[in-house]
Amino acid sequence: MLILRDGLVVQSIQFKHTNVIHWKAVTAVDFFDRWAVDEIVVLDVSRNLKQRQKFHTILGVLAQKCFVPLTVGGWVDSVEEVRHLLRLGADKVTLNTAAVRRPQLLTACARVFGSQCVVVSIDVKDHGDGNYEVYIDRGREPTGLLPWDWARQAREHGAGEIFLNCIDRDGFRQGYDHRLLRRVVEAVDIPVIAMGGVLTWQHLVDGIVLGGADAVAAANIFHYTEHSTKKAKDFMASSGIEVRRVQAGTDAFKDRPLPRLN
Amino acid sequence: MIAIIDYGAGNLSSVANAFRAIGQQALITDNYRDLDKAAGIVLPGVGAFGDSMAMLRRLNFVEALTDQVIGQGKPYLGICLGLQFLARESHEHGVHPGLGWIEGAVRRLAPADKRFRVPHIGWNNVEVDNPCPLFAGLSPEPIFYFVHSYHLVMEETESSLLTSACYHGEKVTASVRRGHIFGVQFHPEKSQREGLLLLTNFTRVVYGEERDAQKTSHTGAHTARRLGGAEHPV
Repeated sequence: MLILRDGLVVQSIQFKHTNVIHWKAVTAVDFFDRWAVDEIVVLDVSRNLKQRQKFHTILGVLAQKCFVPLTVGGWVDSVEEVRHLLRLGADKVTLNTAAVRRPQLLTACARVFGSQCVVVSIDVKDHGDGNYEVYIDRGREPTGLLPWDWARQAREHGAGEIFLNCIDRDGFRQGYDHRLLRRVVEAVDIPVIAMGGVLTWQHLVDGIVLGGADAVAAANIFHYTEHSTKKAKDFMASSGIEVRRVQAGTDAFKDRPLPRLN
Repeated sequence: MIAIIDYGAGNLSSVANAFRAIGQQALITDNYRDLDKAAGIVLPGVGAFGDSMAMLRRLNFVEALTDQVIGQGKPYLGICLGLQFLARESHEHGVHPGLGWIEGAVRRLAPADKRFRVPHIGWNNVEVDNPCPLFAGLSPEPIFYFVHSYHLVMEETESSLLTSACYHGEKVTASVRRGHIFGVQFHPEKSQREGLLLLTNFTRVVYGEERDAQKTSHTGAHTARRLGGAEHPV
C-alpha cells in the first residue's frame, strides 16, 4: 500500500503522515510490480482537495506501470469521482467517510460499476477492553458505529470488499488486531483485507491464520526492505500459506520489447 | 488497430495500458463507427451487466458488434463482463438479455464451501480444458487475477466452448471460445506476465501474418484519442 500526501509517498503512524519517504510513487509501483506483489492500494491522504489534480496526474502515470490490480482511495465522494479514477487506471475504489455519511452512495457505485469494484475502507479506534468504534475523516471524527455492524451494513448497501484498518495499530508494529479482524470477518461474507501494524512477516501470517483475513496489506514495512514483497511471500509460503509464488514481473517478458514510460 | 469499447464503466485505461506495454496500438472508443477500422475488438470488464448492456445498446454497439464480429468475422476478446455479454441473459440484479452468441446464462457464484467468498477476488490458477490459441506458450496451469460475483453457465450443448475453468468452491467458467470469439472471466491486463502473454496471443490471432504491415499503416489519425483516458468524453 502506498500512502500519498500532496503527491509524495509518506509514512503513516496513527494516521499522522509526517515522514516523507524519498521515493516517487511511480518508482515504488514499478518495484512492487516487479516483485510480484498481488495488488497495490494507493491512498490520497492530502489534507485538502487542492492537491487532487496532482494525485490524479500521478495515478495516471503509475497505472501505466502497474500490471496487478490497482485500488485507489481517499477523497472519493461521488459516482463521478469513481468513474474518473477508473478512467485514470484504477481497478477498484475505496470509499470511507462518504460511505458512512451516505451509504446509498455504495449502492449507486455498485449499480454502475459492480460490487467487485466497491471497497469500503473502515478505520477503527480501540477504546480499550474490546470497545471498538469506527472513525471517519482520516481518523478524526467518531461515528458511534461498531466496526462489524458497519461492515455488515456496507455489504448490504453493495460493498464487495472490506479494507480494515486499525488506527491505534497503524505504524505501531505490533501486528494486526486479530480480535477485531475476526469479528469483522465473521460478520460479512465478502473478502476482508487486514491493514495496520505490520513489522514482521509473521504478522502477515497471523493476519490470515489468527485473524481469518482473506488478504493482508502493509505499507511502511515494504518501503524499507529490498525485495520486501517477495521475501514476505516466501515466508508466508514456508508457513504453509498458499500464496501466488513469485511469477517473474513484466521485466521477464523478454521475447518481445516492452516499452516503458517514465 | 485494436478497438477497446468504451461503454462508460469499464477499466479501459488498464486494458489500454496493457496493450501499450506489449507494443500494440489500441483505440479507446465510444463511437461504433470506429469498429469498422479495427482489426480486432476488445470489450473490457468492470461494471454491472444491466446498465452496461443498456449503454452498449444506446451507443449502437450491439448492432455494430454483430455486424463486425458475426458478419465480418473480426476477432473479439471479451474480458470479465465482456465474456458475460456473450450469454443469452444475465441474472445480475434482475434478468437482462445479452448478445446471445453463446447459449447460457450469467449466474451468481454459489460456492458450496462457505470459506470461498463472493465476490471471488484474487489470483487463481486455471485448468486449460480445450486447446486455445490464447494460451499458447503459457504455463500449463497459468495464474490469473479474478474479480467477479457472476460467471457464465453454459448450456450442455455448448460445453465444448469452455477453454479453461478454475475452482472457487465450485467449478467456475474462466474462459470460452467460439471460433474467433474469445471470452476470459479473469483480467489478463492485471495478471502480470502471463496476462500480457495472453493479450499478445490475441493480437497474433487478430493480425495473423500481416501483423507488422498493419501496425505501420495505422498511425496518426487517432493519436489524439488513443490511450488518452482522462480527457476522453463519456
